[in-house]
Amino acid sequence: MPQAFQAEEARLGGMEYPSVNTGFPSEFQPQPYSDESRMQVAELTTSLMLQRLQQGQSSLFQQLDPTFQEPPVNPLGQFNLYQTDQFSEGAQHGPYIRDDPALQFLPSELGFPHYSAQVPEPEPLELAVQNAKAYLLQTSINCDLSLYEHLVNLLTKILNQRPEDPLSVLESLNRTTQWEWFHPKLDTLRDDPEMQPTYKMAEKQKALFTRSAGGAEGEQEMEEEVGETPVPNIMETAFYFEQAGVGLSSDESFRIFLAMKQLVEQQPIHTCRFWGKILGIKRSYLVAEVEFREGEEEAEEEEVEEMTEGGEVMEAHGEEEGEEDEENVVDIVPKPVWKPPPVIPKEESRSGANKYLYFVCNEPGLPWTRLPHVTPAQIVNARKIKKFFTGYLDTPVVSYPPFPGNEANYLRAQIARISAATQVSPLGFYQFSEEEGDEEEEGGAGRDSYEENPDFEGIPVLELVDSMANWVHHTQHILPQGRCTWVNPLQKTEEEEDLGEEEEKADEGPEEVEQEVGPPLLTPLSEDAEIMHLAPWTTRLSCSLCPQYSVAVVRSNLWPGAYAYASGKKFENIYIGWGHKYSPESFNPALPAPIQQEYPSGPEIMEMSDPTVEEEQALKAAQEQALGATEEEEEGEEEEEGEETDD
Amino acid sequence: MDADSLLLSLELASGSGQGLSPDRRASLLTSLMLVKRDYRYDRVLFWGRILGLVADYYIAQGLSEDQLAPRKTLYSLNCTEWSLLPPATEEMVAQSSVVKGRFMGDPSYEYEHAELQKVNEGEKVFEEEIVVQIKEETRLVSVIDQIDKAVAIIPRGALFKTPFGPTHVNRTFEGLSLSEAKKLSSYFHFREPVELKNKTLLEKADLDPSLDFMDSLEHDIPKGSWSIQMERGNALVVLRSLLWPGLTFYHAPRTKNYGYIYVGTGEKNMDLPFML
Repeated sequence: MPQAFQAEEARLGGMEYPSVNTGFPSEFQPQPYSDESRMQVAELTTSLMLQRLQQGQSSLFQQLDPTFQEPPVNPLGQFNLYQTDQFSEGAQHGPYIRDDPALQFLPSELGFPHYSAQVPEPEPLELAVQNAKAYLLQTSINCDLSLYEHLVNLLTKILNQRPEDPLSVLESLNRTTQWEWFHPKLDTLRDDPEMQPTYKMAEKQKALFTRSAGGAEGEQEMEEEVGETPVPNIMETAFYFEQAGVGLSSDESFRIFLAMKQLVEQQPIHTCRFWGKILGIKRSYLVAEVEFREGEEEAEEEEVEEMTEGGEVMEAHGEEEGEEDEENVVDIVPKPVWKPPPVIPKEESRSGANKYLYFVCNEPGLPWTRLPHVTPAQIVNARKIKKFFTGYLDTPVVSYPPFPGNEANYLRAQIARISAATQVSPLGFYQFSEEEGDEEEEGGAGRDSYEENPDFEGIPVLELVDSMANWVHHTQHILPQGRCTWVNPLQKTEEEEDLGEEEEKADEGPEEVEQEVGPPLLTPLSEDAEIMHLAPWTTRLSCSLCPQYSVAVVRSNLWPGAYAYASGKKFENIYIGWGHKYSPESFNPALPAPIQQEYPSGPEIMEMSDPTVEEEQALKAAQEQALGATEEEEEGEEEEEGEETDD
Repeated sequence: MDADSLLLSLELASGSGQGLSPDRRASLLTSLMLVKRDYRYDRVLFWGRILGLVADYYIAQGLSEDQLAPRKTLYSLNCTEWSLLPPATEEMVAQSSVVKGRFMGDPSYEYEHAELQKVNEGEKVFEEEIVVQIKEETRLVSVIDQIDKAVAIIPRGALFKTPFGPTHVNRTFEGLSLSEAKKLSSYFHFREPVELKNKTLLEKADLDPSLDFMDSLEHDIPKGSWSIQMERGNALVVLRSLLWPGLTFYHAPRTKNYGYIYVGTGEKNMDLPFML
């Protein structure tokens, strides 16, 4: 038994039960000897306990309960320490009765003799009891806790807490009591090291709640603040989404509101919106969609490092020829005819996929980071890969085809895709600004600007739920090229003409590149393509029991996590999810490129095999002969090396 | 999550973005109480919600005294009337593994799956295409069973096993500490252990037989299929499964609050190895 006990204690190092007790362990600090009265009470209790022990173990627990009303059992602890000291002094008494546990249960008179200066010769039965107690009080090298103390702790705990049905929780209590002995609560002087990050985070969030540095809380301040603020009413949006069963909890939403308020104060923002939350493996992102004020052009554009041009390695012949002119070879290595495919320029700020700027932060209270603009190459690549976000913006995205950028770019690309596919509004909320010219004239590029319709009356909720034609996309569709407006990549710019090789364009592949067309702005959702016989959107009424007051909710099946609600004249979109598209089939990664071809042998270049050693030696011998014979010019025998170009 | 602490649990699990609307919550509180009375369950858990195209399924589970005994599963379409689902059998699981795609939302909907079967007719042996009908209810049962076996988790110390056999709720469980809460080894699968016997004797010597009698998450395949995060400024630890996206487990360290909920489409994420 003691071994199991100690083994348990040794193992206790991995777990920790926090002590939520009534300060129980603190009583085991060394305390000075108490006065006589308490000791007597303690004696009485101990003696009674031992008496019960002798009468049978099981009865002890039951009878102890009614016996003890007052005083509280604290004195037991003190008496315990007292006892230990006494016994540790080594009571070397005369002939012992064998220290047999069976002998514990002999009946005897009341407990221990009163401790005075002279200890009278104990009777044999009393001696047995003392021995039993000594056995119980022994401690081992591994721990300081004796069984006696532990039982005392346990009983004290039970009596203090009075659990229902204590016998059934006995084992748990046993374990807990042992734990608490070895893991006392830290004193008030030291900080709990584990809670440090929690407290730090709490401090940061507390900073959110304080009013911005602006001045006194006078009346004038109040009036100014009540004016227009670009921060949207997130609480209201959260309320409506809650009706739909979507969204974060209300205190989290409030913190997000405060965080956005902080963002608005830090950056010159014209409008902003809470876009949603993207979950990641280690941390999640809260995304805010903002629009800067006119003229506040971001100088940080230049900071964003330009992605390497020619990152599109999926091309079959993507290779870079090493022009090695190091060796003074007489032959000139032929120049490669391959040119990297033209890079499609990214869209301007405030247009197309880059219409809005996005800021992310991991938790409200942490600083907001700006995401760079998205380039078409990134969008095209993002369509080919599927990766989880880790939560750290500078993580590299390791994939095939290689993604041109790190996680920040990937995140931005996914945000762009999600926005283009799932930002919807009720029909009629937005309208095209009145301009001359039909849509066909613009070559299918369509309008890219819309404005709010002041005469929007709101569509009844039931109609919104019934038909998808009542909802329209109000973001531009992204073409396969990666942009919203098509750009002909083969149009030569001035730069290209200078750099371009002299060869004619006719050598390059087909010049006819088809213009890519996408659905124009404000297309109703009923025109959306189906996903393998699956409707791309699901509509619900938020509450079927009270249709008068419910909200129409639209859920995207293509991008799980994208929701939109509309009620009366209000509507909003949100995305909370992992940031991936849904596809009924499994993801098929792109296959690696086919093996590249070797340079074709032709009249000017021919590949020959190197001579073997014997051949060389034979040749050398022949040469020496010839040399010896003629002693004339030496042929440079380096012709064996045919011209081989690098592949 | 326990039906007794439904509101708090929903609040804590809301970090994943999907929750319940107030009317559903209200009806759940009432109806789960009645379910507990009618079926005489010891504990009723609100398991979660499976999103279908036409309607959503709300799933609850009832537990008896022994926490590891097979749980009874109930489903409802409106959170008020609950119907018992049959227990899952291997045959059901095998049958519905061929069905892919979203749930419809109608329990009597039948999926059609064409199978080639060899048919002996006299002397000729040819393959015939047989269309097998699989009911959505079967698929629901097997999906819930798979999710339970794969990703239903509880923290270490929440249940304990007595020498007599049955597993009980540990009423003295005070929560994991912060350092433990961030480790995968502090969480166990809420099912009969399958990996335990594969451990070496050395490892088994360190285990506590009354607490460590289930598989921990450490050796889950594929590695990295769990995402552990701290939310709410470090006051809540949230585990999300990447294999079955939609399963969220939350636990407030140093308190007794823990639970899991599944809100999702009911499809396994087979692309996980590509995404890590």
